[in-house]
Amino acid sequence: MIGNLDITTLQQLWWLLVSIVGSLFLFLTFVQGGQSLLWQVTHNETEKSLVINSLGRKWELGFTTLVLFGGALFAAFPKFYATSFGGAYWVWIAILLTFVLQAVSYEFRKKPSNLLGSTGYELFLFINGTVGILLIGAAVGTFFTGSNFKLNDYNFVQWTHTLRGLEAAFNLFNISMGIFLVFNARTLGALYLLNNINFTGVRNLEKSLRKAVFVNFLCSLPFLLFVLYNLLTMKGFSIGNAGFISLVEGKYLSNLIANPIIFLLLLGGLILVILAVVKSFKSTSGIWLAGLGTVLVGLAIFFLAGYNNTPFYPSKSHLQSSLSIYNASSSKYTLTAMTYVALLIPLVLAYIAYVWHLMNKRKISAEEITTSHSKELY
Amino acid sequence: MVDSIDLTMVNWARAQFALTAMYHWIFVPLTLGLSFLCAFFESIYVKTGNQEWRRLTQFWMKLFGINFAIGVATGIILEFEFGTNWSNYSWMVGDIFGAPLAIEGIVAFFLEATFFAVMFFGWDRVSERFHLFSTWMVAIGSNLSALWILIANGWMQYPVGQSFNPDSARFEMQSFFEVALSPIAISKFTHTTSSGFVTACLFVISVSCWFLLKKQHLVFARRSIIVASIFGLLSSIFVGITGDEAAYEVAQHQPMKLAAMEGLYHGERNAPLVVAGILNPHKVVGDNQKDYVFSIKVPGLLSYLGNRDIDSFIPGIFDLVYGNKKENIIGAEEKIEKGTIAVSQLAAFKKARKDQNSEQADLALKEFNTHKKYLGYGYLNDPKEAVPPIGITFYSFHIMVALGTMFVAIFLLFLFLSFKNRLENNQLILKGGLFLFLSGLLAGQAGWAVAEVGRQPWAIQGLLPVTIARSNLDTATVQITFFGFLILFTILLIAEIKIMTKQIQIGPEEK
Repeated sequence: MIGNLDITTLQQLWWLLVSIVGSLFLFLTFVQGGQSLLWQVTHNETEKSLVINSLGRKWELGFTTLVLFGGALFAAFPKFYATSFGGAYWVWIAILLTFVLQAVSYEFRKKPSNLLGSTGYELFLFINGTVGILLIGAAVGTFFTGSNFKLNDYNFVQWTHTLRGLEAAFNLFNISMGIFLVFNARTLGALYLLNNINFTGVRNLEKSLRKAVFVNFLCSLPFLLFVLYNLLTMKGFSIGNAGFISLVEGKYLSNLIANPIIFLLLLGGLILVILAVVKSFKSTSGIWLAGLGTVLVGLAIFFLAGYNNTPFYPSKSHLQSSLSIYNASSSKYTLTAMTYVALLIPLVLAYIAYVWHLMNKRKISAEEITTSHSKELY
Repeated sequence: MVDSIDLTMVNWARAQFALTAMYHWIFVPLTLGLSFLCAFFESIYVKTGNQEWRRLTQFWMKLFGINFAIGVATGIILEFEFGTNWSNYSWMVGDIFGAPLAIEGIVAFFLEATFFAVMFFGWDRVSERFHLFSTWMVAIGSNLSALWILIANGWMQYPVGQSFNPDSARFEMQSFFEVALSPIAISKFTHTTSSGFVTACLFVISVSCWFLLKKQHLVFARRSIIVASIFGLLSSIFVGITGDEAAYEVAQHQPMKLAAMEGLYHGERNAPLVVAGILNPHKVVGDNQKDYVFSIKVPGLLSYLGNRDIDSFIPGIFDLVYGNKKENIIGAEEKIEKGTIAVSQLAAFKKARKDQNSEQADLALKEFNTHKKYLGYGYLNDPKEAVPPIGITFYSFHIMVALGTMFVAIFLLFLFLSFKNRLENNQLILKGGLFLFLSGLLAGQAGWAVAEVGRQPWAIQGLLPVTIARSNLDTATVQITFFGFLILFTILLIAEIKIMTKQIQIGPEEK
C-alpha cells in the first residue's frame, strides 16, 4: 500500500510526520520551561533538587525529539536542511550550543569537582530554557516572515544577510513567537512539576508553581495574540501556477478558511491550554490538557506553514527560491522507504508511554531526594 | 557549480568537523562498551542475587552516565554540522544520507533516551527484571545508533545504491538495501563497535588497577578485571577479524586509501605489507627518491590481504594518479579529463533546460551520462589532489594495528594473572595497566584518522570532493566556531575528567 502512494501524497504525509515530531517537541519544552523556573520557584536546596530531578528524568526525551526533528527534516526535506542550516548559520549554532550546555548540566551539576560549580550548570540550564527556546521560536517564525537566501541553479544556498540567521530574532513577529514559546514552556514546566512532585514538606514550592502557571500563561497571552493577529492579517507567501511564488494578502487566513481542521486544531489547542491553567488552581493533572493543547497548536502552526500551496520556508530576498514541501523533498523512492520505517513510530510511542507511566506513577518526594540513594540523583 | 572555492574556509570546516568528531570519539567508545559491561554485571547480579554485583553495576553505571552526557552533547553538534558546514553536501546527498540519520533517531535514540531514565532512576521504581531489561535496551540502543551512523559513513566511503539526477543536480537513492547492507558499512559497524568494547574494557581494567594499587575495593576490582578481560579478549579478536575484512573492502573500493595506509608509491604484484616503518618525509609523488627511511616488510602479504591472492597487483599512489595501462588502471589524470566534460555538460544541460532548448538539453545529457561516473574528478584541478595526506594515514594505520595486536596479548595476560591470583602483587603490571585506557583511546582516534583522512579529498568517495560539499561561509565565521567549540569542548572535557576521577576516588558505595 505504501509503495503505491504518489509523490505528492508522500510529501504531504512527511510534512504531517515532521509536524507531529515538531509539535511533540513543543510539548516536551516543559523541560526547558522548568529549567528556566528553577531559581524563581525554589526556596532551598531540597526544592531545587526536587525540580532538577523531576525534569532530569525527561530531558533526554526532549533532546532526542529535537534530534529526530532535525533528522526527519534532513531525510524528507533535504533542501530545507541544507538551506536553513548552511544559510542561517549563526542562529542554528546558537541553538545547538544551548542544547550542548543542557546535555551535560543535569549529570554534572551535583557531582563533586565539577569545575564550574552547581550554579554554573544551573545557569546553563537557564540559558537553554530561555535563549534556546526563544531562538527556536524565532526560527519557526521565519516560516511565515521569510528568510534572506537565494538558491543557484544547483540549489546551493547563498545567504544575503550578514547576520546569517540571527536577523530573525530582530523581527517583531519572530521574536513574539519566540517569547510566546518561552512563556508557554514555563507554563508547561510548572504544570509538569505540579504533577510529578509529592509536595509533602515542600508546600512553598507547590504554591510558587501554581502561581507560576498563572503568571506565565498571562505573560504569554499578549505575544500569542500578537502572533495570531499578524498571522491572520499579514501578507503570506503563496505558490501559484507552475510553482511561481508570490506574496498574497491574507494568505494564512485563507489557509485557515480552506482547512477548517487547522482552525479547529488551533481553537481546540488554545481552549485546552486555558482549561489546564484554570484547572491548575486545584488539580495537578493540568499538564496533560496543556500538553495536548500545545501539540494541537503546534500542528496548526506547521500545517498553516506547509499545506495549501504555501512555501514553508519562504525567501524574502528571492521569492522563487522559496522552499515548499514539493520542491524541497527527497525523491519518491526515499520517501517511500522512510514511510515503511515510520511504521515503527507507534511502537516507539507505546514503549515511551509505558516507561513514562512506570517512572511517574510514584511522585518524586523530598524524602526520596534526601535518602541514601541521593548519590545516584542529579 | 560554485563561483569560487575558498580552500582556507574548506580546511577550517574540515578542522572543525575533525575536532568535533575527535572529541565525540573520546566518549562514544566508552558508551558502546560500558553499556554492555553494565548489562553483563547486572545480569550476574540478577542471576546470583549477590549485592556485591549490584554495587559493582551501580559504580560502573555512574561512570557510564557521566560519560554518556558529554557524548550526547558532542553528538548533536556532529549531526547538525552536516547542515551548517557542509550544506551543499546535505543537498546533494541528503536523499540518501538523511535516511540513516532519521532511522537512527527513530529506532535507536529513543530506545537509549527512554530506558536511560529507568537505568539510573528506576532501581526502586521498577522490578529487578525490568531494570535489567532497561539496561540491556540502553546497550542495544547505543549500538544500534552506531549501526545507522556507520551505515551513513560507510556509504560516504563506498557510495552504492544511488544515481545522479541531472534535473535536481543531486544524488538519489535507488536501493535502500544496497545502502544499508553495503559490505563497507557492515565491516565498519562491526569493526568500530568492537573497538569501542575494547576501549571500554581497557577503561575498566585501568580503573581497577588503580584500586588494586591503592589496596582498596579488592574483590570489586578483581571481579571487574575478570569480566572486562574476557569481554575485551573476545572483542579484540573480533576487532582483528573485522579489521582484516575492513582493509579488504578498502583494497577493493578505496585503493588510494590503501596505498596511503601502506605508503605504497609504486604498485606491484606480490606486494609486501609494511609491518613497521618510517616514511621518507621528502618524497613527492612521481620523483625517484626512496619511499621509506626504514621499513620492515613481509613479502606478498599486502597482495594476499588486499585481494586474497598473493600474486595480485596492488596499485600504488603513482599508478592511481597517472594511470597504469599494463594493469588496466585509469589514473586521476584521465578521470579529471572525463570529469571536466561531465561538469561542463551538466552546466550545458542546466542552461538548455532554462532556455527550454530540449534538443541541446538531450545532447548535453547524453554526453554527461557518458562521463558522469567521473563527475567528482571534474572538480579537481590537479591529479595530485586525489592523494590524501600520506603521513597521517600511514602512521595512524600502523599505530592502530600495533595497539590492536597488543591488546589481545594484554587481555590474555590480565586473565592469566587473575586466575593465577598473581595480579595484585605485580606492581609493574598494575602501574602499566593505568595507561591502558589512554592507549585504547589512541587506537580509536588513529582508526578514525585512517578512515577519514585516508579518503580525502572526497566527501563522497570519487563523487563529491570536500571543496564542493562545503557551505557558502567565509573563513572568519568558521574560524570563530572552530575556536568556540575548541574552548567549550575542552572545558567540558576537563570537567568530565575531574568528575570521573573524583567518582573513582570515592569508589563504589559502601555496603
